[in-house]
Amino acid sequence: MTNPLDSLWGTVISGLVLTVALYIIAHAFI
Amino acid sequence: MDYVPAIMRWLHLMAGVMWIGLLYYFNFVQVAALKAAAADNTAAGITKHVAPRALFYFRWSALVTWLAGAALLGPFFVAAFTLQAGHVPIGIGAWLGTIMLLNVWGLIWPNQKKILGIKPATDEEKVKARRIAFLASRTNTMLSIPMLFFMAAGAHSAIYGI
Repeated sequence: MTNPLDSLWGTVISGLVLTVALYIIAHAFI
Repeated sequence: MDYVPAIMRWLHLMAGVMWIGLLYYFNFVQVAALKAAAADNTAAGITKHVAPRALFYFRWSALVTWLAGAALLGPFFVAAFTLQAGHVPIGIGAWLGTIMLLNVWGLIWPNQKKILGIKPATDEEKVKARRIAFLASRTNTMLSIPMLFFMAAGAHSAIYGI
């Protein structure tokens, strides 16, 4: 399996996915 | 005007623009440029003259950003980092920024010193250092996306709904 961080687009998409995941967690937290 | 928070917010933004701007320069421009430059033997121009200067402003602006951010949190510093009610978005942003700062000073800079020849290293150590510095830099690029989202959300919770 390739590391998504090896590609620039993989890095950006990982960041966007992490943003959505953290937003859902933060929303449940409040 | 409330001078200290106003100046700290201004400083936090200016240093943050420099830090993340240079981070994006490394990831979006320099990595690909170095690969192309290595092919025609012009990489020294970047590694000798550009990278050390960029890294200087990169690591120090990272520290200034964090310190100004900590000063800006002031009495809410602990509440933010312990994700207390009313401080969750800024707390998440602060944690992400802190991890990124530790990546800069604990992984990127020590390994870049070996890559650029500032610290002596064997060829094998340089290859390893290059991979660690690259992944730490890419990790910071990835973390910067939610970090900036939560920094904005922390200051504008009504818009972001958190």
